[in-house]
Amino acid sequence: MMLDTLHTLEVVRRRGFASRWGTGAVLVVVVGWLAYTVVTSPNLDWVVIGRYFFSTPVMEGVGTTLVLTFATLGIGLVLGAVLAMMRQARNPVAVAAASAYIWFFRGVPLVVQIVFWFNLALLFPTLGFAPTNAVITPFLAAMLGLGLHEAAYLAEVIRGGFLAVPRGQVDAALTIGMTPAQATRAIVLPQSVRVILPALGNQFILILKGTSLVSVIGGGDLMTRAQQIYGQNYQVIALLLVATGWYLVLVSLAGVGQRFLERWAAS
Amino acid sequence: MSGGLRLRGLRKSFGGLEVLRGVDLDVAPGEVVCVIGPSGSGKSTLLRCANHLEPLDAGFVQVDDVLVGYELRDGRLHESSERDIARARLRMGMVFQQFNLFSHLTVLRNVTLGPVRVLRRDPVEVEREARDLLARVGLTEHADKLPGQLSGGQQQRVAIARAMAMKPSVLLFDEPTSALDPELVGEVLAVMRGLAAQGMTMVVVTHEIGFAAEVADTVVFMADGVVVETGPADRVLRSPDSPRTAAFLAHVRRHPDKETDHA
Repeated sequence: MMLDTLHTLEVVRRRGFASRWGTGAVLVVVVGWLAYTVVTSPNLDWVVIGRYFFSTPVMEGVGTTLVLTFATLGIGLVLGAVLAMMRQARNPVAVAAASAYIWFFRGVPLVVQIVFWFNLALLFPTLGFAPTNAVITPFLAAMLGLGLHEAAYLAEVIRGGFLAVPRGQVDAALTIGMTPAQATRAIVLPQSVRVILPALGNQFILILKGTSLVSVIGGGDLMTRAQQIYGQNYQVIALLLVATGWYLVLVSLAGVGQRFLERWAAS
Repeated sequence: MSGGLRLRGLRKSFGGLEVLRGVDLDVAPGEVVCVIGPSGSGKSTLLRCANHLEPLDAGFVQVDDVLVGYELRDGRLHESSERDIARARLRMGMVFQQFNLFSHLTVLRNVTLGPVRVLRRDPVEVEREARDLLARVGLTEHADKLPGQLSGGQQQRVAIARAMAMKPSVLLFDEPTSALDPELVGEVLAVMRGLAAQGMTMVVVTHEIGFAAEVADTVVFMADGVVVETGPADRVLRSPDSPRTAAFLAHVRRHPDKETDHA
């Protein structure tokens, strides 16, 4: 072939190992068949799902799940930021304390921590003047377990964000008379947010779903309510599908929120 | 001598390596001192110790007769609180080799941040002053850009304006043109020349021997963590006492654009 005619020839793209239409069709058939068998199963009562999806106890459960999620995120962010700063401090005691915290709370399974806080009364029957069980409600036990656990993870996420800000900018902030704390607030934190957000969105979804673990202590969240209802009417699958639907709705909303936040942070 | 910058017996080690081995330096108000010397001679560490970015192992720093980073109590030097260290640093501005502008803030906010957040001054008045400073370094039309949108030379001029906005007694320059493309060096040196002409007290660590010859009152030659020679710029650059200074100057003049690794 002459080189000077090459540019006139048609370009043919390389194809994958199977055509898009072929793989697409297989996927539609498989998923469609699965959905059909579930939807038409005589063991699944759609009327029950419809009746409970917006029922008061389920809605209360959704509310509790959201409150727990945001409370956990709040505790995790504040405590996590403190831990991240401690890990970068000049004081070796602060570094060791933060490292030990992260080691411990990341190492113990979340469900173990939740059950531990719930049973704190067995270790300390009273807190100050009040009986422990009057102070540590299932909701508070759930919040402590989730929040303290999450702080350990967020500390590492936030520390990663700190490391992404060049050290020279902190030096520059110090030379215009800022204290290290001021430099962290004015220079490091705002710039690390951009780096932290994608990982934070991930953590948010993990927290949201992780709240379902508080059902083991009757924490009153969505999963707790679903269990309470199917414990009475034995519609186990129907109520689990109600919970599944709500979790998917909430996670989808979180995804939208994350995209919005990332666009805001980039501007 | 009163006022100015006074460094006495500065010692600093990193790991087992002693980078400063007892350095004395006096800078009178209005004086321009250029510190020259081979890489690894401790020049940059000297500046970072001067404003306590690196704590000292021994010796002390005084600016305007105020101790930096330490306070004298019962015959010993105690390291100050972060707040007091920050307050002492206000007397010294610093310009870095890598500019170190705050990359999330506009050029204008880079300049106003210190006066507004640290000195708690009126933002409107600070902004007017900042725009004046940016005009003086030739960056009026770039005030609302982010640092990443500027050339290295422009960024370094912003960094100088940021340091000047704090109205320091002394300006420290740590190889301010070493990270710049050759064609951008001139614009930064021009700004520094202007500051020197207005009587700013400056300590400039530099490889620009031409700039030192033209602007410096005093030239300090450092090698291996000590001051080898110090004196009037003309004398040191033209007929140095020390053979090490002479060898270094000869080397730099033979390879004017190269990093000077050996003397």
